[in-house]
Amino acid sequence: MKDTLTTSAPVIAARDLNLTFQTGDGPVHALKDVNLTINKGDFVSFIGPSGCGKTTFLRCIAALEHPTGGSLTVNGMTPDEARRQRAYGYVFQAAGLYPWRTIAGNIKLPLEIMGFSKAEQEQRVARVLELVELAGFGGKFPWQLSGGMQQRASIARALAFDADILLMDEPFGALDEIVRDRLNEELLKLWARTGKTIGFVTHSIPEAVYLSTKIVVMSPRPGRITDVIDSPLPRERPLDIRDSREFIEIAHRVREGLRAGHQDD
Amino acid sequence: MTERAPRFAAALPVLSVLAAILVLWYAAAVWMNATWVYDQAARAGTTVTLAEVIPQTMAQSRPLLPPPHQVAAELWKGVTAQAVTSKRSLVYHGYVTFRGTMMGFALGIALGVGLAMAIVRFRVMELSVMPWAIISQTIPIVALAPMILTVSNQIGIDNREVPKAIIAAYLSFFPVLVSMVKGLRSPDQMQLDLLSTYGASETDTFLKLRLPASLPYFFASLKVAVAAALVGTIIGELPTGAIEGLGARMLIGSQFGEPLIMWAALFAAAILAGGLILIVGWIERVARARMGAPA
Repeated sequence: MKDTLTTSAPVIAARDLNLTFQTGDGPVHALKDVNLTINKGDFVSFIGPSGCGKTTFLRCIAALEHPTGGSLTVNGMTPDEARRQRAYGYVFQAAGLYPWRTIAGNIKLPLEIMGFSKAEQEQRVARVLELVELAGFGGKFPWQLSGGMQQRASIARALAFDADILLMDEPFGALDEIVRDRLNEELLKLWARTGKTIGFVTHSIPEAVYLSTKIVVMSPRPGRITDVIDSPLPRERPLDIRDSREFIEIAHRVREGLRAGHQDD
Repeated sequence: MTERAPRFAAALPVLSVLAAILVLWYAAAVWMNATWVYDQAARAGTTVTLAEVIPQTMAQSRPLLPPPHQVAAELWKGVTAQAVTSKRSLVYHGYVTFRGTMMGFALGIALGVGLAMAIVRFRVMELSVMPWAIISQTIPIVALAPMILTVSNQIGIDNREVPKAIIAAYLSFFPVLVSMVKGLRSPDQMQLDLLSTYGASETDTFLKLRLPASLPYFFASLKVAVAAALVGTIIGELPTGAIEGLGARMLIGSQFGEPLIMWAALFAAAILAGGLILIVGWIERVARARMGAPA
């Protein structure tokens, strides 16, 4: 692992990014003039109502969508090049584990595709299982695990090949609040230990405020950024920080930002 | 997971139906074979009571409808009364049919899987091949079978096994094709996106995602395909004087007015079909267990 200190080199830089989908009802502006810089070690949340382009932006970073205008660089490269350099791991809303593979087998999937040796695969699987606190569950099949554990396994899978960037698209959206709180706490610990840059899409204001060093508020039609909040909260965050004044103030500002975006309609 | 019922309780419904069928069968045998008994009595100028008629409907050498025990006896005779290599052994004929079925089944699987792979990979294949695959199944195989036999004879294939296997494959490739197209397409967009973030090649996507995802569909189709292959093989044995196989045996029984031979061959075919389906089911269970399905 490289140094985990925050350096100022941008990991992700978007300049006047535009993405227009052509649909039967005419063009849809999924992203309009998006400008954003994400630095190494940032934990960035994207929050906004459906159709605001938060997922689309994450998918652009992962080269799953291709912008129709502007520029987007990941580690100074195009998203496609960055993918070939294994720059990011992607976590979807559903765990998406293969039911015919064990947990260890699922985590090996990217390693097999990327051509790691058998011994290296075993070693990495053991390490990331430890990291998401699933040690000892490698031999289980997905159906034997709870939803929260499955999602942790899918995070382990995204961590297995040492990408510096973790892109998470509402990873805890389908889980209940109690499990979600615990996974949020664990995610922060994981982030502190690994120093990864994380892009995190969410619908939940408390989740965004609790996790992030930077909160990007977005609004729909056209999808655009309405506010970028640099969180003054310390990097070390116990769960009860959510009752503090700062936390409530940031949450308020996020809510204001979301409301302002809606009044534009 | 559902509780597995005790073996006897699970067998009970099947046994009840079987008992009902046997009762109906015996009743039908008495009714249909009685005509002959009355005719004989009339010719001899005697009269017979119902109590005398019933035993006589149970043991005719050429009954209209042989009762179950006669079929069972003929089946037993066909299996045990001679060496299994004898031309009169049902084991011998059953083996010939089994061999044909397996060849056709294998050919059908290869054709079905191969076409499905091509259809999923190339859109033009879906537009060009799929309609013809569907049309192929609307042509009655009984009409097509003699033509396939004649054509293979014309082009110098003397081996009777080949046209038989082609007819069996013709019937059995279709369920495999339809299921495999569905199975290979079963992974959702998220699964495909995930592989795309790993920079996976098309081969990786096929081998690691599409193929394993299609296996449950594949096994479901095998049970239909193996039964279809057996039917195809028997139809392939019927026309143009084939002399080996259960199909030929049925034809001989029908042509020479030996209903017992026909019925015994029919039941031998049914037993063969049941056995094949059990074997395929067992292979499916083993494969599912190895792929981590809940027990």
